[in-house]
Amino acid sequence: MNLFLQLLITGIVIGSIYALLALGFTLIYKATDVVNFAQGELLLVGAYICLHTTVSYNVPFLASFALTLVFTFLMGFFIEKIFLRRMIGEPVISIIMLTIGLSSVMRALVIIVWGTDTRTFPEVFSQVPVVVFGLSISRVYLYSIFAVAIFLGLFSLFFKKSKIGVAMRAVACDQQAALSMGIDVKRIFALSWAIAAVVSAVGGIFLGNINGINTSLSHFGLKVFPVVILGGLDSIVGAIVGGLLIGILENLAGGYLDPLVGGGAKELFPFVIMVLVLMIKPYGLFGTVKVEKV
Amino acid sequence: MLRINNIEVVYNDVILVIKGLSLHVQGGQIVALLGSNGAGKSTTLKAVSGLLRPDNGEITDGDITFMGERIDRKDAADIVKSGLFQVMEGRRVFKDLTVEENLIAGGFTRKSSCHGANLERVYHYFPRLKERRRQISGYMSGGEQQMLAIGRALMANPKMVLMDEPSLGLSPLLVKEIFHIIRMLNEEEKTTILLVEQNANMALSACHYGYIMENGRVVLDGPGKQLKENDDVREFYLGMAGHKSFREVKHYRRRKRWLS
Repeated sequence: MNLFLQLLITGIVIGSIYALLALGFTLIYKATDVVNFAQGELLLVGAYICLHTTVSYNVPFLASFALTLVFTFLMGFFIEKIFLRRMIGEPVISIIMLTIGLSSVMRALVIIVWGTDTRTFPEVFSQVPVVVFGLSISRVYLYSIFAVAIFLGLFSLFFKKSKIGVAMRAVACDQQAALSMGIDVKRIFALSWAIAAVVSAVGGIFLGNINGINTSLSHFGLKVFPVVILGGLDSIVGAIVGGLLIGILENLAGGYLDPLVGGGAKELFPFVIMVLVLMIKPYGLFGTVKVEKV
Repeated sequence: MLRINNIEVVYNDVILVIKGLSLHVQGGQIVALLGSNGAGKSTTLKAVSGLLRPDNGEITDGDITFMGERIDRKDAADIVKSGLFQVMEGRRVFKDLTVEENLIAGGFTRKSSCHGANLERVYHYFPRLKERRRQISGYMSGGEQQMLAIGRALMANPKMVLMDEPSLGLSPLLVKEIFHIIRMLNEEEKTTILLVEQNANMALSACHYGYIMENGRVVLDGPGKQLKENDDVREFYLGMAGHKSFREVKHYRRRKRWLS
């Protein structure tokens, strides 16, 4: 039982970070129809920038956290403006190649600037675990869950209440109608990338605090695919639910199956789920079922 | 107020859809633009509101002025800001958004501080929308969606509204209601309206002035009442030709003049 709960909590923590990443992915996909293969690299860059400002300039963690958000916001904004803007109306495959290219470039830049060694954050969260119901939980886990919940709450408020947020959903729904309303669709595209970069950076910073940072963090970008396929490509709720589910399932699989099969179940499991979902329910849990009339 | 001067519109660089169309809308009036399928009515409206680009269309000749200012090279967003709003064909409500969110999206170009007053105004004209303000708009009936589409236009405080087939797919009773609302907007809000319609009878009764299009150009224009009396219009658009034998080729000859 204890093992189960321990796995469950790790799963929720990792899952909530998947949820953030998938939120960014879905946002871009919904608003701009771009399948973003560079999501993991956005996370990587965010994590390294936060690490760099805390370690090299001795900025307090919270301030460097905020700085990272501002920087990644601008980065996402300009990535769209410089690279993706020209690709509007181009074939899907070209756009996918572009995002794959972007991911390689970003990873290479990170290696050039920061190298490939695993680096760790200075102790931001106290190492003493919290004990809840006889179960010891590391503090960084708690903060991570807490922060992700706050971010998701803020974003749902933003999408519900603010004029720009409503406009973003309107663009996702019907671009031309949004255009006829005077909504600046191009700015909304850029904003989607900016927000996607910010949420990924938040995920990256917490992952960095849990495991340390090296370039393999960007592999988290690949896990986004099982998550969004399970949740439904174009559903924000789906991204969050899918993220948590995949996080929990892969950790349970890791805990219970790894001893039996000798390791690797954790890495494999999300993709097994992905294939199963594609076979049984191709639009995922919350995705829109597209019916094409001929 | 709005003057379209001899414009040509080309789709995909090759297909000439509008061939030298001119029309003029006076401030405070309802002007109807009629014509059969494919005559280029919707294209004309899109040319005015700057929405041709997503459809790969382009104005290649002529100019469009709104309140003395050229708008044919402007962005759609700037055109909305200058006070011209298009209610698109097929309602095009944002299906995943609630009624109120749809309206807020409609008022995107206005400051958030005006939203309260504007919402009240929309709810005054459409009490039914107020009842359903929290409902997801995709689940509403066609008539309610059309009201929402018009309400969205009101949120932008436009001086002039372009309406593309507001009666599309609605029951006769609802068509009457929608036209009643259009007249009210014109009289009470002093909004100028350019109306594209297939329902020639309703449109000609409601409008002050009408234009009839065929094959990308205007073939006939005049005050609404006068058009309604016109023999050709009565025959081809209002279906009031009386009993006629197929032998009467005269009809055919007259028809040809329209189609050339």
